[in-house]
Amino acid sequence: MDEMEAIKATFFQECEELLADLEVGLLAMQAGPADGETVNAVFRAVHSIKGGAGAFGFEGLVRFAHVFETLMDGLRSGKIEQSSDLVAALLRAADLLADLVEAARGGAEAEDDRTGAMAAELQVLIEGGESAGSMSAPAAGEAAGELDAPFSFQPLGASSPCEAEAPFTPLAVLPLDGPAGDAGPVAWSIAFRPRASLFHNGNEPALILRELERLGPATITLDASSVPPLASLDPEASWLSWEILLTASCEETEIREVFEFVDGDCDLSISRAGEDAPAEADTDAAFAALLASIQDPPAAAVDPDVAPPVMAPPVVAAPVSRPVVAKASTDPQVAAPQATIRVDPERIDRLIDLVGELVINQAMLAQRVMESGLSPSSAVSVGLDDLEQLTREIQESVMAIRAQPVKSVFQRMPRLVRETAAMTGKQVRLVTDGENTEVDKTVIERLAEPITHMIRNAIDHGLETPEARIAAGKNPEGMVRLAALHRGGRIVIEVADDGAGINRRKVLAIATDRDLVAADAQLSDEEIDNLIFLPGFSTATQVSDVSGRGVGMDVVRRSIQALGGRISIASRPGEGSTFTLSLPLTLAVLDGMVIDVAGHTMVAPLSAIVESLRPKPEDVRRLGPTGMVLAVRDTHVPLLDIGCVLGFRTEAPPASDRVVLLVEAEDGSRAALVADGIHGQRQVVIKSLEANYRQVPGIAAATILGDGRVALILDVDAVMTLRPPGASRAAESTLIAAE
Amino acid sequence: MKQTILTVDDSRTMRDMLRLALVAAGYRVIEAIDGVDGLQVLTGEKPDVIITDINMPNLDGFGFIEAVRKDVAWRGTPILVLTTESDAEKKARARDAGATGWIVKPFSPDKLVQAIRRVAA
Amino acid sequence: MTDPVEHCVNDIFEMISFRIGEQEFCVDIMAVREIRGWAPATPLPQTPSYMRGVINLRGAVLPILDLAARLELPSSEPSARSVIIVIDAGGRLVGLLVDAVSDILSVSRDAIQPPPDIACDPVRNFIRGLMSVDGRMISQIAVERILPEVETLAA
Repeated sequence: MDEMEAIKATFFQECEELLADLEVGLLAMQAGPADGETVNAVFRAVHSIKGGAGAFGFEGLVRFAHVFETLMDGLRSGKIEQSSDLVAALLRAADLLADLVEAARGGAEAEDDRTGAMAAELQVLIEGGESAGSMSAPAAGEAAGELDAPFSFQPLGASSPCEAEAPFTPLAVLPLDGPAGDAGPVAWSIAFRPRASLFHNGNEPALILRELERLGPATITLDASSVPPLASLDPEASWLSWEILLTASCEETEIREVFEFVDGDCDLSISRAGEDAPAEADTDAAFAALLASIQDPPAAAVDPDVAPPVMAPPVVAAPVSRPVVAKASTDPQVAAPQATIRVDPERIDRLIDLVGELVINQAMLAQRVMESGLSPSSAVSVGLDDLEQLTREIQESVMAIRAQPVKSVFQRMPRLVRETAAMTGKQVRLVTDGENTEVDKTVIERLAEPITHMIRNAIDHGLETPEARIAAGKNPEGMVRLAALHRGGRIVIEVADDGAGINRRKVLAIATDRDLVAADAQLSDEEIDNLIFLPGFSTATQVSDVSGRGVGMDVVRRSIQALGGRISIASRPGEGSTFTLSLPLTLAVLDGMVIDVAGHTMVAPLSAIVESLRPKPEDVRRLGPTGMVLAVRDTHVPLLDIGCVLGFRTEAPPASDRVVLLVEAEDGSRAALVADGIHGQRQVVIKSLEANYRQVPGIAAATILGDGRVALILDVDAVMTLRPPGASRAAESTLIAAE
Repeated sequence: MKQTILTVDDSRTMRDMLRLALVAAGYRVIEAIDGVDGLQVLTGEKPDVIITDINMPNLDGFGFIEAVRKDVAWRGTPILVLTTESDAEKKARARDAGATGWIVKPFSPDKLVQAIRRVAA
Repeated sequence: MTDPVEHCVNDIFEMISFRIGEQEFCVDIMAVREIRGWAPATPLPQTPSYMRGVINLRGAVLPILDLAARLELPSSEPSARSVIIVIDAGGRLVGLLVDAVSDILSVSRDAIQPPPDIACDPVRNFIRGLMSVDGRMISQIAVERILPEVETLAA
């Protein structure tokens, strides 16, 4: 990767961290008046984003961050007072800033009315806050000036608000001669007399004079006449001055720039000496004279190309000890760097893959040993048991490296809540719990979407309007609680609201109306609540902008089940609803049932299996021309031969002398999948089919078994919908409804 | 001999950009993530130039410069501060604290190296 | 990475040639990751008939493509002498099932001619060029095109 691209990637990574810091800081401010360090941290986050954005020419981002920063600066200095309205505005500004960062990452600078309006709002807050004090703060004036400029994308370099130089390129080609210009050389007369303060800041006249020579040939004359006799010489004072005659094709500003750092620390006069410039100045001699004059004892002439040593002012206190850490204003323990290392995630993924190989290899070896007929008490078998134990421990430790707290997902939710609340006109408080609960990275990445959906749903459908809540004797502000915890080797996420609870009558009416259940079906409260997960069910009378872009909870359920997870709802009228979703802690391994299907070894995810049974011949019944159902206690479920569904065979052998897996799918519907045999349960390492091939219908992924062969992992949901030709959808829905 | 430059900035992005430009220009670069870290680094290194940011946690640029200048070993060491805009107030404060000069962000490598040349042999 | 121009030296390409029935084919050696013997593949449901299934390639799941079937040539059951050529087809690894590997050829760019315009889909789609070596005609496979398109899944 190009080095600048790498730094840009770092910038966006850093932005994510800064935006998270920003949000944490603002939320702390929301909770009550924050201390100076919190405000400072928020300021720094915005400031750093702005700094990086400027370097990459994200003009729109820089403009907006600048106004934001100015406001934070006002808060920091106490010119602007903290208020809840102000913090609310800052939170929205932070959201917008995140959007602008995202837009910049996408390559386009999204500039819209929203940005302009938000910037104007912040500007009002800046001016409102400062009108009480003085309006002299330069930052405020600057920001006000910038607002006149339209919020539109401008290429870098064109009227940048932050004096953008030419685009940053890593190539540093230095002009060693004076800049070429059309105008002929001009002779400049410069008088330069440093004051003592110039030396105190580490400036060095010789270097400034050397810089000046880069502009063109110069005659430098040292005036050392005011140097007192050595006995009375104060080494920290300034006794020297220079007259310089410079011939260069440059503007006065370029000369002034050389003296930029010593402005105020010297007497400086620059004037044109006249049109006739001296042809060639004896710079070497002049420079040698200069060096000789400031060196003690006097040294021989030095070539100007050789860097002169820094020696002014001469430090009288000769012994130079190693510097001691100066007393910092903060507790050193706080500042101690964290003992963490940064590792490329790809390396960890690779390590996890390798450990997966190790697990497979260990299983293969164990199988070979068993097949060889060695006694379980033989030294080899005992050694293998130890190996298995070790392998498992290594696997757990390695998985722990990749485990991350769910915080990264939870942190995105306050914003979602704010936006959804604003859109629905509801008042919402979000409470989070267990955000340090850890789960594998593969799962974290897949959590955001279902959680987003459930929270939107809780606000949109769960919580009442403030008026309705007041009427019900509740706090007008509703509460949504998002929690994470570990339970039984899985991660459990709960999204609870204190709203009205599910309106079961309405849900049942809709479900009946849409033929999702039979009109005379007798359903328990729990069954009614879970109807909302049925495909095509949506309680919103119109397709709501908020809860789902037209998709319902069935989509949430499907995506969770695709991960080997489960979702359920519990609701109490008037008190609210709780969605509970549980997921495996990792998507790298899976607990599965190893089965035989038409001569192939396959794996069915244990999470989908309710039970396995051997059907009695009288429980298997025909339905319609080709359909088969199985009576399981008092219900009938569709009976599907896995081999036929996947197309491995066309004719299914009788189910009664084989094995049935009773499985449950996305919509809570069940099916009986017929396999030819069961080999038992085991943990398998999940291997992607898509990495080298593509998705295969009915197959979730692959794994490698103890014999080294690839076995396919069933996608139970897909198998249930992949009906062999002939089975009608109508029969299917009747069956589900009758359940 | 290569000159050594200490960069002190809490932003990884900015540290990386400085490193890229400075290494290309032939300097050796050492880094610190804030003022406290910077002082720590100075116990074991002797940079020829120090470039520091102003807004940093733990110990900001002003505090860092003051602490550096208090030590006689660093009295003459050039210190350049990074400022985001040409903010006269910040420059003045930095100079009062003992800064030698400043670099306005965003910087081009040329401007960066020019600023260093103006303060370091 | 499929463009041979990137890695040819003095316009000489190295090819691995192999046989399917009576015909000879070759692939650019830069695309070949390894060559291995035939091992029974796990069949995939609902896939084109030229996909033989998947095998375990040191922990990765490697799809096996019956090149004869893909080229619509008569395909026979793999034997112990059959060979799998593992190639990198645009970032994805795929194993090509062929009858036998015959040679490594050095071919100059000039010796490769475009396939004649005959109205035959497999040739048009999967043959990049033709070359003549010791009087034999060898067809170069366009490796990046032989995997089924991801989009066809929905069909």
